[in-house]
Amino acid sequence: MRHKIAGRKLGRTTPHRKAMFRNMARSLVTYERIRTTEPKAKEVRKVVDRLVTLALQNTLHARREAYRVLENHQLVKKLFDEIGPRFTGVPGGFTRVVKLGLPRPGDCAPLAVLEFTRAATGTAPEPKAKKAKPAPVSATAPAKVEPAAAPAPVEPAAAPAVVEPAEEPKAE
Amino acid sequence: MAVPKKKTSKSKKGMRRSHDHVAVPNVILCKCGEATLPHRICPSCGEYRGLQLLKKADAE
Repeated sequence: MRHKIAGRKLGRTTPHRKAMFRNMARSLVTYERIRTTEPKAKEVRKVVDRLVTLALQNTLHARREAYRVLENHQLVKKLFDEIGPRFTGVPGGFTRVVKLGLPRPGDCAPLAVLEFTRAATGTAPEPKAKKAKPAPVSATAPAKVEPAAAPAPVEPAAAPAVVEPAEEPKAE
Repeated sequence: MAVPKKKTSKSKKGMRRSHDHVAVPNVILCKCGEATLPHRICPSCGEYRGLQLLKKADAE
């Protein structure tokens, strides 16, 4: 019996599952925000929160431990130099899972957004941030926002699409 | 083999099916005015608790 054993199996073999979590952790470090199914998002939190904790330790050993998961020096660098410093002094709660309103067409899987609680700007956007931002962002952002996106006034908040690379945070 | 002795009447059939129904979702109204589900990002405005989490065009 598997009573009280933490973690979901997600219908995968152990190596498949581990590989998937690593891939997803890499994606989250790269894009800062990913959209996936709700159970997967909740599982990947464990992997990513541990990575951020390593980034806070900021030692050579921690870097090597993080590299064991990410296996990419650029990603380790980003984790330690960009993402880690945002959370200095924060004891936990590095990631946030927010459920999406509509399930996935096709299999009706409940979806969620997994993201870092502190965006590249420094702190988590406050409730008023969305309304306050339109003017300044629309003045500066058009060059950065991908051309396919609607004109800046329609897309004011610095909220990259869930599946697209977070271009703005990198630029800043 | 066990076999029903009597044909199930319309009444019995109806009584059995009286509990067959589709669950009604617990819909709430988002700040944007659209109907949405609680504890979830609003599909129409992409907002949840003041966080803009989706592009409006991307909201699904």
